[in-house]
Amino acid sequence: MTSDDAVDPVTEAPVVEITGATVRFAGTLALDHVDFRVHAGEVHSLMGENGAGKSTLIRALTGARPLDEGVIRIHGKVARFARPRDAQRAGIAAVYQEIDLLPNLSVAENVLLGREPRRFGAIDWPRMRREAGAVLAGLGIDIDPASALGSHSVAVQQLVAIARAISREVSVLVLDEPTSSLDLEEVAELFRVIRELKDRGVAIVFISHFLDQVYEICDRITVLRNGSLVGEFRTEELLRIDLVQKMLGRGAEQLVERPRPEVDAEPRRAVLRARGLASRRLRPTDVVIGEGEVLGLAGLLGSGRTALARLLSGVDRPAHGRLELDAREVRLGDPRRATRLGVVYSSENRRSEGIIDQLSVAANITLALQAQRGAWRPLRKARRDELVASWIEALDIRPRRPELPVGVLSGGNQQKVLLARLLALAPRVIVLDEPTRGIDVGAKVELQNLVSGLADNGMSVVFVSGELEEVVRVSDQIAILRDGAVVDVVPGSQVTVDTLLAVVGQPDEG
Amino acid sequence: MKLLRHRLVWAVAALVTLIVVNTISRPTFLSITLQDGELYGSLIDILRNSAPLMLVALGMTVVIATRGIDLSVGAIMAVSGAVALTVIEASPTPDNLGVVLVAIAVAALVSLVLGAWNGLLVAVLGIQPIIATLVLMLAGRGIALLITGGFITTINSEPYQFISQGYVLGLPFAFLVSIAAIVVVALIERRTALGMLTEAVGINPEASRLAGVRSRGIVWGAYIASGLLAGIAGILYSSNIMAADANAAGLYIELDAILAVVLGGTSLAGGKFSLAGTVVGVFTIQTLKSTITFLGVPPAVSPVFLAAVVVIVVLVQSPRTRSALARLTRRRTPAGGARIDPEAAS
Repeated sequence: MTSDDAVDPVTEAPVVEITGATVRFAGTLALDHVDFRVHAGEVHSLMGENGAGKSTLIRALTGARPLDEGVIRIHGKVARFARPRDAQRAGIAAVYQEIDLLPNLSVAENVLLGREPRRFGAIDWPRMRREAGAVLAGLGIDIDPASALGSHSVAVQQLVAIARAISREVSVLVLDEPTSSLDLEEVAELFRVIRELKDRGVAIVFISHFLDQVYEICDRITVLRNGSLVGEFRTEELLRIDLVQKMLGRGAEQLVERPRPEVDAEPRRAVLRARGLASRRLRPTDVVIGEGEVLGLAGLLGSGRTALARLLSGVDRPAHGRLELDAREVRLGDPRRATRLGVVYSSENRRSEGIIDQLSVAANITLALQAQRGAWRPLRKARRDELVASWIEALDIRPRRPELPVGVLSGGNQQKVLLARLLALAPRVIVLDEPTRGIDVGAKVELQNLVSGLADNGMSVVFVSGELEEVVRVSDQIAILRDGAVVDVVPGSQVTVDTLLAVVGQPDEG
Repeated sequence: MKLLRHRLVWAVAALVTLIVVNTISRPTFLSITLQDGELYGSLIDILRNSAPLMLVALGMTVVIATRGIDLSVGAIMAVSGAVALTVIEASPTPDNLGVVLVAIAVAALVSLVLGAWNGLLVAVLGIQPIIATLVLMLAGRGIALLITGGFITTINSEPYQFISQGYVLGLPFAFLVSIAAIVVVALIERRTALGMLTEAVGINPEASRLAGVRSRGIVWGAYIASGLLAGIAGILYSSNIMAADANAAGLYIELDAILAVVLGGTSLAGGKFSLAGTVVGVFTIQTLKSTITFLGVPPAVSPVFLAAVVVIVVLVQSPRTRSALARLTRRRTPAGGARIDPEAAS
C-alpha cells in the first residue's frame, strides 16, 4: 500500500524546502528554527500535538503569516510570501478541514470560482461546465458539474475542494485534516485521489490525527513538538509506538488499556433502558446501560450511532419506543427535561452544537448549571469562580484562564470545557458523541482516561466514536450498529478492533 | 495602549469629538445655568431629548443580542401615545394625577402585549425577526389611527406634560426616566444570569438548547422588554408635543436605535452586548443631531451629514480598519518592539 512504486524521493531536490523557520507570538516561540521539506510525488505527513507548530508552519507555507526568521525555497529559489496569493502563484494550494466552498452554487462554479471562463465579458457557462468536468474526471470523480455543491455529501465536497485546488498549476497540495468527517469508504476514495495526484508528481502535505491513515498513505513523516523539529522519518522505518512517543515527548505507557474484570461477577443495576427506540434513521432498538458502565457505540458514519446517542440522551423525539431511567419513563425530545433527570449529551459537532465560542471558559462551564437554576437565580460570584477553578484543575484545562473566550482554546481543551459543563450537573448518565474528534493524541488519551474514571465512580457513560480502537479501549459493553440498527452487543473485553471491523463493515445480508 | 483596545474607546472618542466641535463653534455649548433650581443648557437639552431613543435603544440591544431585531418600536410608540391620550381625553378631569397614571398604565400594558405578539411570532412560531416585526411596524400606525379615530388627538393635562417638561432635583424628569431604565435593564441583565444566557442563545442557539437553556422564554422576554420600553418612549414623545400623532410618532426611530446599538459596539450578528455602549451610542446620535441643527445644515441634507459621520465612526470601529492602522504604525516603530500580534490569538 505504501511507497513501493514511488521513486526514492530523497535523492532528488525537494519542491519545497523550509530552513530555520521561526515564528514568535507575543514573546513565545511558536516555531523554533524548524526545517521542513517535501519532494515531488511524495505524501508527507506533518505530525504533532496541538500547539506543536503544525498550523503555524502551514500558515507560513501558504502565505497566511510571514516567517520572522528562516527561508522558504520553492524549486531551490528563495520565495517570499507576503499574502496567500503569493503562495498560490508559486503553486502551493491548501484544503482545510472546514470546507470553504459555497454550497448554494454549482460544483462547476466552485471549482473555477474567481477564474470563470468568460466570453464577451459574460461567464461562458458551457465552457465552465466542460472545464470543471474535465478537472473532476481527471480525479475520477463522477458528478454533474451543474449540480449544486450542497446536494453532495461532505466527502464529495471535500473532493471538489481538492479539485478546485488543483485546477490551477499546483506543485504542492496541503491537506489539513481532510478525513475528519469522512467515513471509511470515503477515506478510501480520497486516498485514491491522493495517489492519483502523487503519480502526477504533486507534493502532498498530509495532516491528520488518524495514525492509521498516516501509515496507509504517507511516505515520510516530519514530527514537531512544542514548536521544534523532532525529526524527519521514513514511514516504514518508524514504529507507531515510537511516533506517538516522539509526538508526546514522553513514554506511551498512558496508552494502557483500562483494567476490566474479565468476568462480570454480578450483573450491574440497569440505569437507563431503551425499549424499541426508533426514528427515521434508526430501527427499533433495545439497549440497557448499567450503573458505572461504559457502553460504546461502534459503527460507521450513517450507521445510526449518532441517532441512537441523541435518542438515549433524550434530546431528540423518537418515532416510536420509550426510554426508562431507573424504570421510570422519560419524556423525550427536551434536553432541558433530560438534564434535570440527570441525562446529559455532548454533541459530535463541538463548534456548532457545543461551545459558545465568544463567551468565556467560565461562562461555558457554568452554562448548563445556570440554565438549570434559571436566569433569576445566578450563581454567586465566589461560588462560580470556585466551581470553575475546580473544574479547570480537575480536567487540566489549559491555559488556566477562565476569562478567555473558549473559542481560542485548542480542540481538546474545548472538549474538556464541554465535559466540565455537563459534569457540573453531576449527571447519572453522560452521552458523549465523538468526544475525541479532531483533538490531538495526548488529549485523546486524557479524555479516554477521564471517561474510565467517571465510570469507576459510578456514572454511566455512552461513548460514541468512529475510532474503533478507543471504543474497544474504554467500553465495558459495545453496541455495534450497521445500517440504522444495533446488530450485536458484545462485552468490551471479548473483542478486538479486527473482530469489530468484521461486524461493522459487513455488507447487509438482509 | 491597553485603553486603546477597550471596546468602547472609539464610541466615546466620537462623542467627545462631537462635544469639542460644538464647544469650538459655540462656546456656550457646555454652559449650564441654574434657574429656580432647574438646570438649563444645550447639554441638558440633549439629555432630555435623548430619553425616548434611549429607552428604545436599550430594548433593541437586548433583542439584537438574541440575534433578532425589532422594527416595530416606532409603531409601538405611536400606539402607546394614542392609547394614553385617548384615555386622558375621555376623562372629564384630564389634570387629575390618577387619570394620567391610569393612562400610562394602560399604554404600557398595551405596548407589553404588542411586544409579546412579536415574541410569539419569533420565539414560538419561528418567523424571522425582521419579517415578524415588520408586520407590526406596518400595522401599528394603522392601529394607532384606529384608536384616535383618524385624528391627531390633543390634550391639556398638567401631570402628563410634566413627564417631558418637568424637573425633579434640578434635572429633567425625562432624563431621570431614561436613567431609571438604564439602571433597571442593567440590573436585570447583569445582576442575574439573564444577560449571560441571552448572549449564549444569541451566539449559539442549538448549543444553548442542548445545555438546557430556556431559549424560547429568553427570546420572548427580549421582545416583551423591547415593546414595553418603546411604549414608555411613546408616552415621553406624546407628552412632549401633547398630541398623539400616529404618523410622526417614533418615525424612523428603529433605525436610530439600531445605529446606537451598533455604535456602542454590539454586533448585529447577536451575542455579546454592551448596554454602556448603547448609552454612549444614543448620546452620540443625539449630540450629532443637535450639532447638525446648530451648524445650520439645511434639514434636507442633514441625513447625508448624519450618514457621513456614522460611516466614519463605524469604519474606525471595524477590526479590519484597526488592524490596517496598526500595520501602518508598526512600520514606523523600530523592529523587535514587544508588539502583540493580533493574529497570535488564533
